[in-house]
Amino acid sequence: MAAPDPEAPLTASSRAKDKSPWNWLLLVPIVVPLVPAFFNGDSPRLFGFPRFYWLQLAYIVLGVATTTVVYQLTKRRGDR
Amino acid sequence: MWRDHLTEIIIFTLLFLLVSAMGFVAARWRAPRDMAHLDEWGLGGRNFGGWITWFLVGGDLYTAYTFVAVPALVFGAGAMGFFAVPYTIVIYPLVFLVLVRLWSVSHRHGFVTPADFVRSRFDSPVLALLIAITGIVATMPYIALQLVGIESVLKAMGVTGESTIARHLPIIVAFAILAAYTYQSGLRAPALIAFVKDSLIYIVILVAIFWLPYKLGGWDDIFAAADAKFDASPAPGDGVLLNANNQLQYVTLAFGSALALFLYPHSLTGVLASRNRDVIKRNMSALPAYSLLLGLIALLGYMAIAADVTPLPGAKEGTTDSNTIVPLLFDQQFPDWFAGVAYAAIGIGALVPAAIMSIAAANLFTRNIYKEYLRRDATPAQEANVSKITSLVVKIGAVACIVFLDPQFSIDLQLIGGVIILQTLPAVALGLYTRWFHRGALVAGWVAGMGLGMWMLYQISSPTRKHFAGSAFPLEKFGFDTQKTIYVGIVAVLVNLLVAALVTLLLRAVKVRDGVDGTQPDDYFADEGDPRVTPGDRRDADAAPEPVA
Repeated sequence: MAAPDPEAPLTASSRAKDKSPWNWLLLVPIVVPLVPAFFNGDSPRLFGFPRFYWLQLAYIVLGVATTTVVYQLTKRRGDR
Repeated sequence: MWRDHLTEIIIFTLLFLLVSAMGFVAARWRAPRDMAHLDEWGLGGRNFGGWITWFLVGGDLYTAYTFVAVPALVFGAGAMGFFAVPYTIVIYPLVFLVLVRLWSVSHRHGFVTPADFVRSRFDSPVLALLIAITGIVATMPYIALQLVGIESVLKAMGVTGESTIARHLPIIVAFAILAAYTYQSGLRAPALIAFVKDSLIYIVILVAIFWLPYKLGGWDDIFAAADAKFDASPAPGDGVLLNANNQLQYVTLAFGSALALFLYPHSLTGVLASRNRDVIKRNMSALPAYSLLLGLIALLGYMAIAADVTPLPGAKEGTTDSNTIVPLLFDQQFPDWFAGVAYAAIGIGALVPAAIMSIAAANLFTRNIYKEYLRRDATPAQEANVSKITSLVVKIGAVACIVFLDPQFSIDLQLIGGVIILQTLPAVALGLYTRWFHRGALVAGWVAGMGLGMWMLYQISSPTRKHFAGSAFPLEKFGFDTQKTIYVGIVAVLVNLLVAALVTLLLRAVKVRDGVDGTQPDDYFADEGDPRVTPGDRRDADAAPEPVA
């Protein structure tokens, strides 16, 4: 319970442990699946699936790929 | 009649008994020296690795109710029901960085619940109490809904009698068993059972997704059948694609649900039980496997349309229970023994989240109400004991909700639950990043968001119901000239944030005292191996830290 001003010790060095420009990549799989103009249509169909369904299922791969890449790229810096 | 379903009933019962036995044995799995501690009973020793966490959190987030209700929604409304897919995609990148911070600070300080964190971060027992009550209220109906999931399966097997007691006897028995092994084994029980539950679900769905389209004439025919059904229906919002008026609702519902998911105390229980930060980050890439599963399950709704499934009658005269369509589809299309396996997957699937939710609610009560207000000097053993008993009470309450009240009541409450749990976002999620908000302002924001959310939900009507008919709020009620609708939770949380920000400025201006932050900046980066990260003996933020080695 020492620190009288909690904001002050939030120095660059302690923040940097989690910080990496690669983290911004995470915005891609947050924004892209929420744009209806991309997926709300019928054609082209894939295996009989309208675009609405196959494209949104494909976004799962986008999400997995992005989190994996960010995890790998920030691993060494982020850990200690 | 149940005699026609004998094979299904036998398989279901056998698998159910198997997992029940596992639930009791789980107490000895990775056994601690001393179970009489909340870190052991309530968090499984805080030591779960990647695989266990994957099964546990996956089994916890993707509940039996989800697996029954999402296809039912797709069956009834079409594309709108598919919101569950973007929702469960967006969630992981969204919380990727947030959860590890929560893990770190919780492990350093021995926090068991999100309210523990808020208590220490903002130095405010009142705010922590609000967070705890919000969590309990949002979780209770969710537990009751797991019973709805089991009941849909029992109905399809014809084992539900006419009178109130006969109709509910099977779920009362099932929940009594669940309550007994949760009491004994704590979080270890659902963690162990999750392996069986998820394996069964994956098998069933993989078979369903290849076998059923083959039997029903292929995906083209399935989507054509769905299209024909929605063309014939008079409802304006349904269809295989979204229309101009429900796109905003679709997107805000997906995003709002994603924001809410990891604010639920039971989601955080699974996260806090993991061993280190890496386990969490790797799971953010592995958990979307369940989202794929959920997307495929959603499409079972269209298969049910193509297979001409008619839902069984509901609890009240003249209604239908659309939650029965997936069990009925399995009954109609699969051989009896495999339908039995599928039913067991759903039935057991209800037990895992129900156990974790009751543990999470019990922990909230113990840590943030009992220890805070009733008995400040409670020992760890007493805490564990109170939690165990509370978890029993919570389950009895959930059963009572289903037996004595219309199940619709629980469904309504769960809908409200999503909106109210979102109101803890500023304190819990933003609190992990900034302490800029004043504690009084966070309380004010919570009150504003809660009030507005409830008012909006109350205003929503449908042809069959006057109030609480969903979460899609028509923007014309705000005076806009449009047919568009928006998800209530998003609006409520934005207002919450706005009020919290304005009141913060106000309170700062008049120099109202703000509390002292009980956490240190580098608490948010601590990882396994850090000398101050100790699973076990640490009690709370105010305990003197051990000297750093």
